[in-house]
Amino acid sequence: MSHGVGDVGKLPVRKFDALVVGAGGSGMRASLQLAEAGLSVAVLTKVFPTRSHTVAAQGGIGASLGNMSEDHWLWHMYDTIKGSDWLGDQDAIEYMCRTAPEVVYELEHFGMPFDRNADGSIYQRPFGGHSANFGEKPVQRACAAADRTGHAMLHTLYQRNVRARTQFFVEWMALDLIRDADGTVLGVVALEMETGAVMILQAKATMFATGGAGRIFAASTNAFINTGDGLGMAARAGIPLEDMEFWQFHPTGVHGAGVLITEGVRGEGGILLNCNGERFMERYAPNLKDLASRDVVSRSMDQEIKEGRGCGPNKDHVMLKLDHLGPDVILKRLPSIREIALKFANVDCIKEPIPVVPTIHYQMGGIPTNVHGQVVAPSGDDPAAVVGGFYAVGECSCVSVHGANRLGTNSLVDLLVFGRSAGNHVVGLALPGKAHRPLPKDAADRTLARLARLDSATSGESVADVAAALRTTMQAHCGVFRNQELLSEGVRQVMEVEQRVQRTAIGDKSTTFNTARVEALELDNMIETAKATVVSAEARRESRGAQARSDYPDRDDVTWLKHTLWYRDGNRLDYKPVNLKPASVEAFPPKTRTY
Amino acid sequence: MPTDDSTASAPHDDRRFARLRWRCRRGMLENDLILTRFLDARGEAMTEDEVAALDRLLDLSDNELWDLLSGRADPADASVRPLVASLRAA
Repeated sequence: MSHGVGDVGKLPVRKFDALVVGAGGSGMRASLQLAEAGLSVAVLTKVFPTRSHTVAAQGGIGASLGNMSEDHWLWHMYDTIKGSDWLGDQDAIEYMCRTAPEVVYELEHFGMPFDRNADGSIYQRPFGGHSANFGEKPVQRACAAADRTGHAMLHTLYQRNVRARTQFFVEWMALDLIRDADGTVLGVVALEMETGAVMILQAKATMFATGGAGRIFAASTNAFINTGDGLGMAARAGIPLEDMEFWQFHPTGVHGAGVLITEGVRGEGGILLNCNGERFMERYAPNLKDLASRDVVSRSMDQEIKEGRGCGPNKDHVMLKLDHLGPDVILKRLPSIREIALKFANVDCIKEPIPVVPTIHYQMGGIPTNVHGQVVAPSGDDPAAVVGGFYAVGECSCVSVHGANRLGTNSLVDLLVFGRSAGNHVVGLALPGKAHRPLPKDAADRTLARLARLDSATSGESVADVAAALRTTMQAHCGVFRNQELLSEGVRQVMEVEQRVQRTAIGDKSTTFNTARVEALELDNMIETAKATVVSAEARRESRGAQARSDYPDRDDVTWLKHTLWYRDGNRLDYKPVNLKPASVEAFPPKTRTY
Repeated sequence: MPTDDSTASAPHDDRRFARLRWRCRRGMLENDLILTRFLDARGEAMTEDEVAALDRLLDLSDNELWDLLSGRADPADASVRPLVASLRAA
């Protein structure tokens, strides 16, 4: 671990045609395309590939196969644009919805165990927001493998990658992006957890598939690995982050734990109650009540809590009551819910209600890309100039197909469509015949300085304490309902936390699987994501999709129909236009979003 | 899979334990929470045999592991049953 600054010549270097960072659904879909085309491909991952967070996706993959009734990719496109509250780029959404059936059939051929109809075709289930004929009536569009779609997908892709000889670097963490003087990306500096060794992985194309950063919030459904590593690395390398103010909340996460209670509980008749025992959703959504859309239910819960009608000693949650359904329904139709409530809320939901809060679930923003997965950033007059050698796919990227709010089942569509398309674009570069560009002498300086600081610091703040302070601040100041006062104070507090991040110290200096060191390095990435989120949210003075401002309750298309770009350097914001022009069909002009 | 020898209960090797701690990072929050709770409460006192048993459990996919931890399924491998019982109680 004792490399000095300026020592790039002494670090071991491994060279590949293409390097993929992250082995979830998007990374493995991309690497499969690359390995099958004969490129030398390395996939670097913090955890074993099939343990990536894609495994937690239950819902399904939306594609207009029309297996249950008539469907069309244009209807899927309309639902996605409307879901995005018109902030999604219509060319990217068009591409995704048009390509979705193809990637689903491909996955079927790879051996994905989809649920089937009696005639052998893929069964499609109903899902919120999926409609036929531009919002006219519901359509069954979600392709699933029981309630384990993500799991089945990861296993299918992993097997295919092994067959295609993709080289996996398991339990490796990428620490920083390497760019040369032209800004071209040349690979990453990475840490092998087993040995503590630092190495340069050099590539002619580098692709980030590092997932979201849901762990920056105190109430999060995300696994511990979701620390926004790709976002932190990109931001430190001068790449802007797009639309980071938009985060989707799930209404029913277990209070204090974050574990998701499926919407199915309310579908079966579960109801939300405030501290007075009132079924408050009757006031906010008289027709749909507890089954209103995720954002409506989340905002209503938040309002009850903010107005003092929350439950518990701190009045900081509401109750999800289902005991009236009876033990038979709960045990038979809602498997694991009783176990989840017992384990994570310490209540038996057959007799008592479950304490729940709106919980962070999905990050709509990320590293800006085009439909080929190429990372783009403004340069001169071009708002979307390509960053050479750099790609991003999946939740860490912003294409932007989700805009201000993601439509259900589009997360898996996104990672399949754009994982494949980015892979194809890299294949088209004919990299095997080309030489690697030379590494700059200072390629690893910043990383080695960060590691040296952690190794030498003998006293300082605990990583766990600073991370907890960050999560608490983000939750309190950048949660479901936002306003100027909360956000301005949030920006100030997050900037204070940033100072503390630079003063952390770890007691354990060992080299083998030093989880404390990894967590300190993850915190460096979380703070960048948090700054991007709170600064972008503070500046956007409107309500759109997942961003709900009580002081600016309406969408403002005149001023705010534009993408935010946050730069780490100077904590600065820029904006770029939303693409409202699809390539092959007419545009869907903005209108009021009602369901 | 080696058979469990219940008479051998040497204190755990620190490097193996460090590796185990990292491998308790999973794809599903449910598993993260239970494993972390267990390690915080019992980790330092775990014997080499328990470390080996947990290592075997961690080779399972997240959904299989969650089925065991939530009681939806029971382990086929008898040698991990006592550990699964402790994890369920964590």
